[in-house]
Amino acid sequence: MLKIENLHASVEDKEILKGLGIEVKPGEVHAIMGPNGAGKSTLSSVIAGREEFEVTEGTIEFNGEDITEMEADERAHKGIFMSFQYPVEIPGISVTNFIKTAINETRKAKGLEEMPANEMLKKIKEKAALLDIDMKFLSRSLNEGFSGGEKKRNEIFQMAMLEPKLAILDETDSGLDIDALRIVANGVNKLKSNDNAVVVITHYQRLLDYIVPDYVHVLFDGKIVKSGTKELALELEAKGYDWIKQEVTA
Amino acid sequence: MAYTEEELKKELETQEYAYGFYTDIEADTLPVGLNEDIVRAISKKKEEPEWMTEWRLEAFRAWEEMKEPDWANVHYEKPNFQNISYYSAPKKKPKYESLDEVDPELLDTFNKLGISIDEQKKLAGVAVDIVMDSVSVATTFKKTLAEKGIIFCSISEAIKEHPELVKKYLGTVVPQKDNFYAALNSAVFSDGSFCYIPKGVRCPMELSTYFRINQAGTGQFERTLVIADEGSYVSYLEGCTAPMRDENQLHAAVVELIALDDAEIKYSTVQNWFPGGKDGKGGVFNFVTKRGLCEKNAKISWTQVETGSAVTWKYPSCVLKGDNSIGEFYSIAVTNNYQQADTGTKMIHLGKNTRSTIISKGISAGKSQNSYRGLVQVSSRADNARNFSQCDSLLMGNDCGAHTFPYIEAKNKTAQIEHEATTSKIGEDQIFYCNQRGIDTEKAIALIVNGFSKEVLNKLPMEFAVEAQKLLEISLEGSVG
Repeated sequence: MLKIENLHASVEDKEILKGLGIEVKPGEVHAIMGPNGAGKSTLSSVIAGREEFEVTEGTIEFNGEDITEMEADERAHKGIFMSFQYPVEIPGISVTNFIKTAINETRKAKGLEEMPANEMLKKIKEKAALLDIDMKFLSRSLNEGFSGGEKKRNEIFQMAMLEPKLAILDETDSGLDIDALRIVANGVNKLKSNDNAVVVITHYQRLLDYIVPDYVHVLFDGKIVKSGTKELALELEAKGYDWIKQEVTA
Repeated sequence: MAYTEEELKKELETQEYAYGFYTDIEADTLPVGLNEDIVRAISKKKEEPEWMTEWRLEAFRAWEEMKEPDWANVHYEKPNFQNISYYSAPKKKPKYESLDEVDPELLDTFNKLGISIDEQKKLAGVAVDIVMDSVSVATTFKKTLAEKGIIFCSISEAIKEHPELVKKYLGTVVPQKDNFYAALNSAVFSDGSFCYIPKGVRCPMELSTYFRINQAGTGQFERTLVIADEGSYVSYLEGCTAPMRDENQLHAAVVELIALDDAEIKYSTVQNWFPGGKDGKGGVFNFVTKRGLCEKNAKISWTQVETGSAVTWKYPSCVLKGDNSIGEFYSIAVTNNYQQADTGTKMIHLGKNTRSTIISKGISAGKSQNSYRGLVQVSSRADNARNFSQCDSLLMGNDCGAHTFPYIEAKNKTAQIEHEATTSKIGEDQIFYCNQRGIDTEKAIALIVNGFSKEVLNKLPMEFAVEAQKLLEISLEGSVG
């Protein structure tokens, strides 16, 4: 589904990703872990297609198609979703209005009619229930005055609505208390199927207790330096990132 | 589509004026220049009574002594007032009984504007008095209104048919000598709308007028007079688009609102005149005087969405004369490319327990300059006057400007005046967030701008709010940096 080869990416002429490779197949859950400054957030932004990051070398393939030069909104239309570490506020636009626009723009790009209002409402109710979201919450301005937990839950709600093929969760656990973490993880698990894939980007392993990965990769200095299974995450938790650093620089 | 700043700038510059077309209708135009003879000729062409001619001449003489104001935060080449034709009317003067009789080219123009009369007729509750090149050519729903005793007609017709009302109220809120442009308008106004709502009557539909400038080198001098008698209510809509023209077109309108005891007037405007090209060439000069007078317990609400014109100079104001009267001003002003807007309001608190609210949203893009200028004045007799003002500015790119000039003059210790202001910029992170959810950059900007403008858009009547949203999108497509 997602195949990244020898990816080099820089921002303002500073190289952050230095030859990264990873392959994700449908039905899989991958975790990418690493210390601060390793390039975790850059990786998610580059996959999602943020302009400020320049890919200088390598390719990103999605379902057999080279998307390295593709615009962010087109990638979204193809089924790539990213849950933001810091979701932005859009004052005056309700959660419902925003998600309605997102869904209909995606449908438009695929040559489909707008989703009928009753169908949209049904879907909103269903997904809100799944994530234990109060309907009143959905009429509030997007992310304005939301608590950390509310923002993250709203991200997963949008993911549930958009039903992406590939979901990248960028530090979704940050700012969440244990209850919110459970709800968010539970939501992600319910949305998982054999046809879609999830990439969890995280500093800590605690989210991985709830969203159990098939593979764990360690990102360090812009490269994947170690890959393994769930056990690798536990090892990192126990030993910290220093031993990776030592291993890499040794 | 995610854009680099350069690409965005390029796209923004090539943004064509969506309503730029020109209808070739034979017009009956007076020679250029302005003197007493021209004023007399206008009055004669309109078959006006002697008192009206005199009223115009009085205004003209005052205007001759006045100087064009230059205190506003706008810069432009002053029009040569002797180089303008002050009257132009479509040649087919008689009123039409049915659409078949209307010049097909004119109908085509209306269709392009999306305001086909056919459609308008079907639109429940909207009567349209379309002013094109100064003379009303179509009026609908007149009968329904007449049954309630409501008068809704062109000002020329009102001068002939209802001279007692016009004589009593014309120039009482905006005197002939009020300011340079108001004096000019008083001397040469070509046409406009007149509306009278009798005592205790609630106007059953939104009244609307579509203005349109259409003749090269023709100044437009609309005159509007709305009178809401005691305990009555009316919602009045005014909307404008103009064809693309090379030379500057001067527009100096005067709108007077009179809300007698316990009456309420809602006056909504969507203005989309040609803003000038990407190089700042051409575009409409819009120097408007709009003012309303509130008697006891009366209420006047101005709502405006200003997206057009090269230069805008406009301050819809309320004189809160009666005790417990209420004035409101809700405004969205959008400037792009080289547009300049200096707009705001004046709330003059004279009566006791008078209240006013000002919500102003300025959106600047390109190399434009957008200024809010407002005055809240509380007289010594106005006990317990209250005002709340909120001025928000949204900037796009690094070459535009937003300015706020709030003036407060309080001469009564019991006055409560609040002022809030914010300035924000559309961020690349907001655009990327939308892009990531499959919303392209154009749509993302529209969404963010709509959110920013929501408080004001919500004040517009439904059908107008839709049009206004569309205009905001057209005006700002691709404009983020």
